[in-house]
Amino acid sequence: MTKNKQISSHRISSEDVDQLKDISGVNVYACYQCGNCSSACPAVEFMDIPPHQVIRMVQLGFIDELVKSETPWICAACITCTVKCPRGVDIARVMEGLRQLVLRSDFEHGNLCDIDEKLRKKLPQIALIGNFRKTIL
Amino acid sequence: MKKIGVFVCHCGINIASTVDIPKLVEDLKNYPGVAYIQDYKYMCSDPGQTLVKEKIKSEKLDAIVVAACSPTLHENTFRMAVQTVDMNPYNCEIANIREQCSWVHKNITEATEKAKRIIKSVVEKALLDEDLEPVKVPVTRKALVLGGGIAGIQSALSIANSGYDVILVERQSSIGGRMAQLSETFPTLDCSQCILTPKMVDAGQHENIRLMTYSELEDISGFVGNFKVKIKQKAKYVNWDKCTGCGLCIEKCPKKVPSEFDQGLGKRKAVYTPFPQAVPNKPVIDCENCTYFKTGKCRLCEKVCPFDAIDFNETESFIEEEVGAIVVATGYDVYPVLNMSEYGGGKIPDVIDGLTFERILSASGPSGGEVRRPSDGKIPKEIVFIKCVGSRDPENHYPYCSKICCMYTTKHAMLYKHRVHDGQPYIFYMDVRAGGKGYEEFYQRAQEEDKVVFLRGKVSKVYQDDDKVVVCGIDTLSGSNVEIRADLVVLAMAIRPSKGIEELAQLLKISIDQNGFLTEAHPKLRPVESLSAGIYLAGCAQAPKDIPDTVAQATATAAMVLNLFSREYLLHEPIITGVDEELCSGCGLCIAVCPYDARKTNREKGVVEVNEILCEACGACAAACPSGAAQQRNFTDTQFSNMVKAILAE
Amino acid sequence: MQLSYYPGCTLKTDAKNFEKSALAVLEHLGVSVDELADWYCCGVCFSQTRDNLMQQIAPVRTLVKAKESGNRQLLALCTMCYNTLKRSIEFIKDDAEKMETIHQFMDLETTQFYGNEVDVVDILTLIKQIGLEKLKNSIVKTDAGLKIASYYGCMLLRPKEIAIDSPDDPVIMEEILASAGCENVYFPFRTECCGSYQIVNEPEIVKDRTRKIVGSAVKNGADLMVMLCPLCYFNLDEIQQDIQKEDKSFQTIPVLYITQLLALLMGLKPDIHDFSLHSIDPRPVLKMKGLL
Repeated sequence: MTKNKQISSHRISSEDVDQLKDISGVNVYACYQCGNCSSACPAVEFMDIPPHQVIRMVQLGFIDELVKSETPWICAACITCTVKCPRGVDIARVMEGLRQLVLRSDFEHGNLCDIDEKLRKKLPQIALIGNFRKTIL
Repeated sequence: MKKIGVFVCHCGINIASTVDIPKLVEDLKNYPGVAYIQDYKYMCSDPGQTLVKEKIKSEKLDAIVVAACSPTLHENTFRMAVQTVDMNPYNCEIANIREQCSWVHKNITEATEKAKRIIKSVVEKALLDEDLEPVKVPVTRKALVLGGGIAGIQSALSIANSGYDVILVERQSSIGGRMAQLSETFPTLDCSQCILTPKMVDAGQHENIRLMTYSELEDISGFVGNFKVKIKQKAKYVNWDKCTGCGLCIEKCPKKVPSEFDQGLGKRKAVYTPFPQAVPNKPVIDCENCTYFKTGKCRLCEKVCPFDAIDFNETESFIEEEVGAIVVATGYDVYPVLNMSEYGGGKIPDVIDGLTFERILSASGPSGGEVRRPSDGKIPKEIVFIKCVGSRDPENHYPYCSKICCMYTTKHAMLYKHRVHDGQPYIFYMDVRAGGKGYEEFYQRAQEEDKVVFLRGKVSKVYQDDDKVVVCGIDTLSGSNVEIRADLVVLAMAIRPSKGIEELAQLLKISIDQNGFLTEAHPKLRPVESLSAGIYLAGCAQAPKDIPDTVAQATATAAMVLNLFSREYLLHEPIITGVDEELCSGCGLCIAVCPYDARKTNREKGVVEVNEILCEACGACAAACPSGAAQQRNFTDTQFSNMVKAILAE
Repeated sequence: MQLSYYPGCTLKTDAKNFEKSALAVLEHLGVSVDELADWYCCGVCFSQTRDNLMQQIAPVRTLVKAKESGNRQLLALCTMCYNTLKRSIEFIKDDAEKMETIHQFMDLETTQFYGNEVDVVDILTLIKQIGLEKLKNSIVKTDAGLKIASYYGCMLLRPKEIAIDSPDDPVIMEEILASAGCENVYFPFRTECCGSYQIVNEPEIVKDRTRKIVGSAVKNGADLMVMLCPLCYFNLDEIQQDIQKEDKSFQTIPVLYITQLLALLMGLKPDIHDFSLHSIDPRPVLKMKGLL
């Protein structure tokens, strides 16, 4: 076993990468790693992989790692990253694509019953439905 | 019928691997007009050319067709060759069977058939080609240089030193341009003004240079070697013939306004020279701000001038000149910080651009070279530089790299550290582009010796918090978002061509690219010429570049001008669109479509005449002409028709 | 001026104060709106997938209803609804194939919708359309001397295609409030996300955001914070209390919908506001400034 991450043409253009591209419609190869998305992201400190690294990992084909990451589920779809990107990479759509990759095989992420009862009663509908839209297929 | 020789080149395997050359030769040898045909491995080689020349003589050929690569590559080679055996060069034609055939096809049968048809069509053209002689044009050996920055000064001096007259036109009242504003220059850290001012003085005193500052190009007509230009001298309200530059008027003027030269940090008077070493060192009155012009009262300058040089009645004036060549060296502007709302540009006083920081660093600047921030004059202890601001950002600003920022920002951080020893400079960068002589070493020095902290990543937000400017960015190398509570933030703003470049380009009929920079004739092989003959480019008007590159380019530009001036007359391509006076009805349709003003009505004869020197043979007139009177030499309707028939035959 | 009005779910429940005050302000400015007779959920949180048209059916059904109403403009008060409807139009317009597929999934709707027949409008843009001069003339409490922090949130500014103002440096709320005689407080976090629906699973994110946003508004000297989004409202109002429980030094600020403030400045009857719905009671500040 080697500790190095293996990079290969097979990995860089794997089916997973294609599927993510089909769902999101985003050309991640425009990214030049300026990091503005991560710098501007309001939730980056809660993420295990910051957004610019997510894009880098898509470029390298590390989709298997990304679908295990918490990052897409921390993303609140505020679109700040997309607006900030100097190269027009729609990072928010890549996040949505990653969520969908998971949901399309697992149906749901997390457990609805876990929502705090007290909080649930107070929450406005748009909070709940917005959450469902992102965490249930 | 003319006897045509066809010479088919293999171009190694470039053509031969896709086109079946033996079959091609076999099939073409009996084509009407083809008197001789031969193939050869490299026709452009010396033996190849010798073969062509020998066969022209031995076979008594009237014209030849070389089937090879694109005519842009070797048409000239073969035309020169045939001249040595007394064939008129316009009887040598190229059939492009490489770029337009072998390179773009795979199927040998089809490619061979296509090559055959291409050659046949060119044979048809050659059959009707006429002998042509180049048109001779005299050259006015005087140059006009637009822009008095380092590029313009360098070009003007190089041309003038070779003995030719130069008119150097500058929009401001002094030459010097952006370089005069700079503090010290990378990578040697020599004082910008110290190395520039001797050149300014040279240009100001040179017997062959006529300095026209506070002036602009108003109008132009003519063509290479024979331009007529009209230059507008703006009203200065100071008679420079009388003025000695004593400066009394400036001293007494009561009106102060922000100095453009000091990027608004310092003040100047309403009657002013932009900086003390100005050339010419004579003031102008800024009528927008002058108290007399605004209120009708004051005229203090007039009262104190011992030489009676103030003239409130002066108006703009025009001079007309004939020149043979024009150098466009109009320089750059800095993209205003106002466009960077996310960085507080224009709102936070301690967020400034790099050029403003140059003035802060400059020994001749408003703070005498002491680093003090604009808001409260405090010495900044934490200073953040941000690179690629507005550059490399196709989504919101400009897609290109402004090229000079990497080095000048490194220099800024270094100079700052040299003056504020206990201060800490930070540079947010995307890439460090230090590809010049001594540049990488300079960059390493900044890291190693001056402890400049380089942070790799962009800044997403800058905001004022009490008297600090908070910079929120990322260091992608450590993978963490970073925040710096800075005292001063310097933005390395994109540079773009100076204001008015579009209008000037339109006036000169030269093209600009999608970012507004002037377009060179060829990005590699003709980097200092515009596409319009006789108009040359130098400096940042063409693309962002630093001082060494600018000086090198400006010198090269001068060399091209001198190349033009070395000739007594110019030879103009004889392929122009003439007028068959018997067919021409004088309707003038061709005049309207001609982009070169080459066609005029001869009222006496009632027909259109063509100025053969202005005509660039674009063919617009030939297409517009309803009677067929406008025919391009060696590209006549009959020739085209025969070529098309040959291509479509069978 | 006649336009259709789409309330969306939250305005009829948690954000009653927004609906009542907005409609009262518009009525006062001479604009009446027709609530769509039969409306559905907009879908909330625009689906950002390219390949899933099912998710567009909810917004498109509402847009079909809007087209049937005969009015060109459709007012969406809730910014989430505005964002979803507007982006849906951006996604489908000029794409006959997508529309065809979406229509195949809608049995009840017979009207064809092509994407360009309805303009979705937010209330800030609408007020500007009505005229800032008119707004100014409608204000009676001209000397309240209120310092207001305008919070934009995400949904009106992002993505760029649907932004009502510059995503980086918007001014429309400040323009409106200046016309209404308020002093604007610029605070650097005014366009930053509040954490949105992450309140459900990741309330710590929202807490962190609220702390920064509110802290920045307070630090810059605001008396009140105004906004438009019912979700931002919940996060920034409700969560302030939670933060204060953990951190006594945390300074709270009352939060109002911008239309509530305008209604008070116009001197409209205060009983349209149900102040019990506010977690941080705005009444002391409003009384102090003579608005109650």
